[in-house]
Amino acid sequence: MIRTHVMICGGTGCTSSDSPKIAEAMEQEIVKLGLQDEVKVVRTGCFGLCAMGPVMIVYPDGTFYSRVKVSDVPEIASEHLLKGRIVERLVHRDDEAGEKVEVPTLKDIEFYKPQLRVALRNCGVINPENIEEYIAMDGYSALGKVLTEMKPEEVIDLVTKSGLRGRGGAGFPTGKKWLFASFNKTPHKYVVCNADEGDPGAFMDRSVLEGDPHAILEAMCIAGYAIDAHQGYIYVRAEYPIAVHRLQIAIKQAREYGLLGKDIFGTGFDFDIDVRLGAGAFVCGEETALLTSIEGNRGEPKTKPPFPANKGLFGQPTIINNVETLANIPQIILKGAEWFASMGTEGSKGTKVFALGGKINNTGLVEVPLGTTLRQIIYDIGGGIPDGKAFKAVQTGGPSGGCIPAKFLDLPIDYENLKSIGAMMGSGGMIVMDETTCMVDVARFYLDFTVDESCGKCVPCRIGTRRLLEMLDKITSGNGTLEDLDKMEELCHYIQANALCALGQTAPNPVLSTLKFFRDEYEAHVVEKRCPAGVCKKLLHYEIDPDKCRGCTACARKCPVNAINGVVKQPHVIDQAKCIKCGTCMDTCRFGAISKK
Amino acid sequence: MKSLEELAAIRNKMKDKVALREKEGDIRIVVGMATCGIAAGARPVLNAFVEEVSKQHADNATVTQTGCIGMCRLEPIVEVFEGGKERVTYVKVKPAMVPRIVKEHILGGRPITEYTIGAAE
Ligand SMILES: Cc1cc2nc3c(=O)[nH]c(=O)nc-3n(C[C@H](O)[C@H](O)[C@H](O)COP(=O)(O)O)c2cc1C
Ligand code: SF4
Ligand code: SF4
Ligand code: FES
Ligand code: FES
Repeated sequence: MIRTHVMICGGTGCTSSDSPKIAEAMEQEIVKLGLQDEVKVVRTGCFGLCAMGPVMIVYPDGTFYSRVKVSDVPEIASEHLLKGRIVERLVHRDDEAGEKVEVPTLKDIEFYKPQLRVALRNCGVINPENIEEYIAMDGYSALGKVLTEMKPEEVIDLVTKSGLRGRGGAGFPTGKKWLFASFNKTPHKYVVCNADEGDPGAFMDRSVLEGDPHAILEAMCIAGYAIDAHQGYIYVRAEYPIAVHRLQIAIKQAREYGLLGKDIFGTGFDFDIDVRLGAGAFVCGEETALLTSIEGNRGEPKTKPPFPANKGLFGQPTIINNVETLANIPQIILKGAEWFASMGTEGSKGTKVFALGGKINNTGLVEVPLGTTLRQIIYDIGGGIPDGKAFKAVQTGGPSGGCIPAKFLDLPIDYENLKSIGAMMGSGGMIVMDETTCMVDVARFYLDFTVDESCGKCVPCRIGTRRLLEMLDKITSGNGTLEDLDKMEELCHYIQANALCALGQTAPNPVLSTLKFFRDEYEAHVVEKRCPAGVCKKLLHYEIDPDKCRGCTACARKCPVNAINGVVKQPHVIDQAKCIKCGTCMDTCRFGAISKK
Repeated sequence: MKSLEELAAIRNKMKDKVALREKEGDIRIVVGMATCGIAAGARPVLNAFVEEVSKQHADNATVTQTGCIGMCRLEPIVEVFEGGKERVTYVKVKPAMVPRIVKEHILGGRPITEYTIGAAE
């Protein structure tokens, strides 16, 4: 009988750092030691600790090994699996006040402790390619309950009471969406899962699909029953090959077990699901563009109304929900609306998954109750800013979101609070910025993205965002005027009011929020022609301090464009006309004589 | 899937198999598995515990191993830790003793003194 499970992460992050090879090697070692009837290797989805990957957890003790290499496998097998001695050298360590503290089990590490896993509850816990493991975690019992004990309107009512809101960005109440679709009595309706996940830096939906694909299938079936639909589509980007593969396996298994298809649980209810691949355009995540794309047309948004709940896919009533939204559904059915509503804030119930990245010690996936403060996420879970640098801002909501300054660190995060300060929940990207980040440059980065991703259908977005980007370019190269700042703001409001879809309507957010909270940085660029963070290349120059320079010639030899002149043992000088501001000389000088101004 | 009973059957069959990842057992059964323990036959003992705990549904117990406990001549050694109680150490454990330990001690709460270190010394 199996006494030990070795969980090895098979998520995208760890797969790219060789976890499949580690799993194979481990299986071979286990056979070599004759432990194959006692120890089993389980390939899981993402644990959310991708930066510490490849990740391995050994149960029942729960020992957590991070950054495992193929060459470590024999030692773990013979020491830990055979002799029961933990390999201390590989046990994860938390950074506590500069000291590395050993943390033997997953649930004790700082990154995990404050988290509350609902949508991610099975990620890293089960083998996503085995439907029976999902069933063991009460999988498909919510569907069973709904089909045998509840009327469709009771299901909708329960979802409404739970207070669940869409996790795809806009935060629309899920129960209400289902209710609207249920009103339309037509023979063909659809349930669509939005797994496009286009925000740069976001990967929570990918992790759910990779780690717990059956939860999405089950939720879609439940939604189908609630609105009387019999066909579902999952729209997922082709750049997520592991997620697509696991979804396909899950669908196949669910069909074999009769959990998809005809007459599910002998109740006469039919439902099936197919996967549709997207090519990865950001705008295809917008619901109307997504539906057009499934129909086989170019993915361009349409005006709303009509809303998809009335006239969606193939002109039929359709509900479209985000992956994470759906991942909550089976739990809500099983544990009840009150349970779900007990987490979160007044207007935002439940938990939210964030992809924490940027200038932060622990990057990864974080699931916390709504209402958690930014400070808790960034400092308690994220472990703060590396290298003793100061926090400057956190960007939420991706290209549609805004930058939040330090004064809001104690603001409880929910849909309304973020909106009130010009940011957005978005899909849950959370990028931390430190003092070395230039906020004008950040705004420029996001605008650059939206200009590329605008579908071009409407003028305010196609041309407006381009003009905005040009103005930002002007400012970062030192040619901006104070008047430009006002013009920019005006243009932002114009785009917000006139773009056809939310891509255009929200594109100005990064500019507006930085203008509001970091206006002094803009003014430094415009008035003093200076980039306070030292990022905008055109506004900075490198200088050699003649008093500190020993004339060692090291910098002159490294400079790629021969911009540094000088004789041995004499102070050197940088020819500003030639210098391309690569910073190499500053890194090279051993006497600290070169500085960035 | 034609019925809820079928689903329940799969769930029950699988539950034991994944339980080991979730268990927050109040009782830990730790088998000494250093070289001397293995030589003295600790592996079959470990496996017997895993099997019995599952068979008798001792859901509050987890079975793990540890290295050398430092009393090689008394191996295989099994220690039972339970919150708030003194540790119980069984020595020279044989697979045949395991069902009784699980039944009377783990489930019944009565350590079997004749198997413990006190009796052997
Ligand atoms: C430009 C743009 C991109 C979007 N990308 C996504 C996406 O990648 N995933 C997603 O779930 N929703 C995305 N949305 C939101 C969807 O339009 C829609 O609101 C959402 O899928 C509804 O599901 P929910 O109510 O469960 O959140 C995007 C919206 C816009 C305007
Ligand atoms: S706002 Fe932008 S993305 Fe949306 S329809 Fe207009 S051009 Fe296309
Ligand atoms: S910054 Fe680069 S290009 Fe300029 S002087 Fe230094 S090494 Fe040369
Ligand atoms: S991919 Fe392994 S922890 Fe995220
Ligand atoms: S050559 Fe000027 S400091 Fe090195």
